[in-house]
Amino acid sequence: MNWSFLFRTALADARTQWGKLFLFISSIVLGIAALVAINSFNENIVNDIDKQSASIIGADIVVTGNKAIPEELAEAIQALPGEKSREQELLSMAFVPKNEGSQFVRVKAIEGNFPFYGKLITEPASAAVDFKNNGTALVDKSFMKQFGLVPGDEVKLGDQVFIIEGKLMNNMGASNLGAGFAPTIYIPFANLASTNLAQPGSIIDYSYFHKVPADFDANIWKSENRRTFSNESMRIRTIDDQRENLNEAFNSLNSFLNLVALVSLLLGCIGVASSVFIYVKNKISSIAIFRCLGMKSNDAFIIYFLQILVLGILGSLLGAFIGSAIQILLPKVFSDFLPFTVATEISWSAIGQGLSLGLLVTILFALIPLLEIRKISPLRTLRTNFQEEGTGRRDPLVWLCYAAIILCLTVFLFTLTGSIINALIFMGGILIAFFILYMVSKMIIWAVRKFFPRNWSFVLRQGLANLYRPNNQTQILLVSLGLGTSILSTLFIVQGLILENVNAMDAGAQPNMILFGIESNQMEDLKKTTRDFDLPVVEEVPIVTMRIEGWKGRTKKEWLQDTTVRVRRWAANRETRVTFRDTLDASEKLIAGNFVGRIENPGDSIFISLDEGYAESLNVGLGDEVVFNVQGMLMKTYVSSLREIEFVSMRTRFFVLFPRGVLEDAPQFQVLVTKAPNEDVMAAYRTSVVKAFPNVSVVDLSSILTTLNDILKKISYAVQFMAGFSILTGLIVLLSSLILSKFQRVRESVLLRTLGASRAQILKINATEYLLIGVLAATTGILISLVASWLLVRFQLDFDYKIRFLPIILVFCFVVFITLFIGLWTTRDVVNKSPLETLRKDV
Amino acid sequence: MIDNAIDKQDVLKIESLSKTYKSNAKDLTVLKDVNFNIQAGETVSIVGPSGSGKTTLLGLCAGLDKPTNGSVALFGKNISELDEDQRALLRNENVGFIFQNFQLIPTLTALENVTIPLELQGAKKVKEKALELLDRVGLKDRANHYPNQLSGGEQQRVSLARAFSNEPKLLFADEPTGNLDGETGDKIENLLFDLNKEKGTTLIIVTHDLELASRTSRVIRLKSGLVVSDKSN
Ligand SMILES: Nc1ncnc2c1ncn2[C@@H]1O[C@H](COP(=O)(O)OP(=O)(O)O)[C@@H](O)[C@H]1O
Ligand SMILES: [Mg+2]
Repeated sequence: MNWSFLFRTALADARTQWGKLFLFISSIVLGIAALVAINSFNENIVNDIDKQSASIIGADIVVTGNKAIPEELAEAIQALPGEKSREQELLSMAFVPKNEGSQFVRVKAIEGNFPFYGKLITEPASAAVDFKNNGTALVDKSFMKQFGLVPGDEVKLGDQVFIIEGKLMNNMGASNLGAGFAPTIYIPFANLASTNLAQPGSIIDYSYFHKVPADFDANIWKSENRRTFSNESMRIRTIDDQRENLNEAFNSLNSFLNLVALVSLLLGCIGVASSVFIYVKNKISSIAIFRCLGMKSNDAFIIYFLQILVLGILGSLLGAFIGSAIQILLPKVFSDFLPFTVATEISWSAIGQGLSLGLLVTILFALIPLLEIRKISPLRTLRTNFQEEGTGRRDPLVWLCYAAIILCLTVFLFTLTGSIINALIFMGGILIAFFILYMVSKMIIWAVRKFFPRNWSFVLRQGLANLYRPNNQTQILLVSLGLGTSILSTLFIVQGLILENVNAMDAGAQPNMILFGIESNQMEDLKKTTRDFDLPVVEEVPIVTMRIEGWKGRTKKEWLQDTTVRVRRWAANRETRVTFRDTLDASEKLIAGNFVGRIENPGDSIFISLDEGYAESLNVGLGDEVVFNVQGMLMKTYVSSLREIEFVSMRTRFFVLFPRGVLEDAPQFQVLVTKAPNEDVMAAYRTSVVKAFPNVSVVDLSSILTTLNDILKKISYAVQFMAGFSILTGLIVLLSSLILSKFQRVRESVLLRTLGASRAQILKINATEYLLIGVLAATTGILISLVASWLLVRFQLDFDYKIRFLPIILVFCFVVFITLFIGLWTTRDVVNKSPLETLRKDV
Repeated sequence: MIDNAIDKQDVLKIESLSKTYKSNAKDLTVLKDVNFNIQAGETVSIVGPSGSGKTTLLGLCAGLDKPTNGSVALFGKNISELDEDQRALLRNENVGFIFQNFQLIPTLTALENVTIPLELQGAKKVKEKALELLDRVGLKDRANHYPNQLSGGEQQRVSLARAFSNEPKLLFADEPTGNLDGETGDKIENLLFDLNKEKGTTLIIVTHDLELASRTSRVIRLKSGLVVSDKSN
């Protein structure tokens, strides 16, 4: 084989048409750019989550328990390399000598440099370190506000008065004490003793923080020690545990970004396939000449394959470059508008993946049209419109290509969804969409021919006939435009729904105060106070505390001693706060069984509903018996339903939900949830509540809500940015396949022009053809996208589906408009130049 | 007229050749029982009214198409027994083409178009040979122009240069002057016959131009797919 000749010919042939060829690679450039940008972005977000997880937990390993580390475990703890820090936490009354106020607070006595990740934010900033050296205190900002305190004022904890070093702006670490969300005061560890708060019998939470070297695997250490620690009621947490929690929030974002990545890749595939298809069509006569002059069919194929291969490599490189550039530059350009910073590291793995996928897509999708080259007959030199008799028997290589494409896409889908079933379902969906569009195009060609309106005007008949005449572009345009439309409109619909969902979680609209420990007889007065402040009673919940005694016929102790089943100690040992209702609320979703809202007669079986994760931790399922100890009285219940509780909801969450008619008379306290419009109202309301109802503790959720809001903003930014980028890719792919199709019609238009057709007539002929193709492709594509987005939302993203007509209509108008516009743009050359000029310029 | 012995002198041997197109369930027989032999060095024209099957016959003779019945032997090889690539090789080594509509590759320069057959043979000094031929047809200074920068007559001259570049034993020309005006056509004609004489090529011209036909040593007349006469001039 004369490679040098083939290569030179490939180059020579490409030389005059870089412009045209650029269109062919534009789809691969943009597809890969989007893919690389998304993957880099995804990776940076994952890193972000890692960092956030680290700064929430503050250390690599945290050991907690309600007693000091016992002797047996001290050795394991001592052996941990790296930095150590410890904390004792207890609930206490804080007195404000300045105005004789008092409030229940969480006292945290801290020693060492915790937090190792993230930091305590204080005003002044130096206070975060200074309080440890000065024996002073850091006081929660809402507490300071409530009592009108400033740094330098005093607060008394137990027997000791502390000078306030600074205002504490954030909250490190999750709370371990069940009782709730009391404001925090930090004091140095050494000063705890002098308060005399830590007495035998007082409830103290002990935390030991460790920062280990990078090469030390905290998770391995945890899994090796988990059991011995939990036997002593000590719990170990690592950054990974925290990450899991956060990831949950990012799950639907992740799914969506993966969807966008998939969309970009698919668009790239369509772009490559349709543009190479049209390219080959334009090359048929040249190939026939080569063949006539004695070139072997494989050699002719290799010439064009080389071109496409080189373009594919260049396109992927350019795409990877653009993708990285976008990912790095865009957040910088917009940094003023962004509510947060996105890390902008170059992701080599994303670039590598983009390059290899780009090359793979180019080769596989270009091969199908390119393989046709081998069948082009040299007879075409004698008869331009000669049609090869490709009677039925398809080239086995083409089948091999299809198989390889399906395999590669399935593997890609598998890496995205992580499930082979999902990958197959997706793949099936794509194939069905392709098949539908293919059939629709066949049907149109058939129908136009069959029901051809013979009495229409010449112009309309010409336009219609273009749909089925030899060399028509109906099929390729309908399939590529239709697939493009369906992908874009799916993305559009899903994006809209996600944004709507994110907005619905709007932290600004969430309640931001919870009042605990209300006696039943105080409820009416408290509600009145609340209304006096013009605040809404968002939720009022009765709470009965109980302990779990045993389940499925065994006691709790028996379960915990059994090493063959995995029962979570935290789930078994916790004091359970239970409420009773006859309905599920908006943040709860029934996932198994039937919810029983009311028990009619005393003595009837009691059916309860459990949180799914909680049930799993106890190893309990539907129908199982669970025995509770309600303030000394044993109560036998049956699990009748399992619920899932939405993550981002500021409502109170209950692992155990009782029906009405059982606990009404049990000793209980009430919880009231409300929302204050601003900090001043919040402080005033709080003061008057604490004054009138000293036993009630008021918890301020606003700092948690701020964090939540940040996360939500991040999600919605990512969704919009990525979808926007991908939509742009789709448009350009649509544009390029339309622009390429123009080469088909120019010659005919010129001939008509030569025969004396007017400018308007030629425009109308082309308008008829393109309008029809546009309308049909858009309609079919949108119908497919409705089904696809419904399936996606329902089964992959897992939230409610609502049709929004506006985006659909927009997509429709846009696709039709752009098809028509490009179709007519094509004709511009013809109507504005002399026929001879156009005829001689071999298109 | 069955002759099983292969005469080495026969460049082209056509035996009871027929071609039928199936279209819309109705069969259209374009060539019926055509027989003739062409010997090395002959110049033959195939004439007949439009639609009589001339181009079809040429396509079959050159191994571009397959007959429905009968056989075509090019240089002693039955083309029905060769696959596409073997036929391509045969063409490349022995056959040249001139087309009514020139058939130059639009994306390659005049020079590159002329070099293709040589390159395909893996020949040496390709460029020199091609330039020599372009010089011979008077287009040396247009070597780097693209086809759409050349007039019809110039394009056909390039195509002549290309046709002779691989020094074919047999040259097929389908209405070589059909797309050109009289004067330009005459020039091409002269060039064709001059080159042919120089190289001693066997020439088969399809034409409806009787004047052109009269310049060949033998005329085969086709009418409705049948050979109606086969005379030497
Ligand atoms: N692919 C085809 N299918 C059906 N009929 C064809 C095909 N190609 C040529 N014909 C018919 O064969 C006949 C001979 O055509 P052709 O060989 O081109 O004639 P000529 O070159 O003498 O003008 C014509 O009637 C033409 O319509
Ligand atoms: Mg003809």
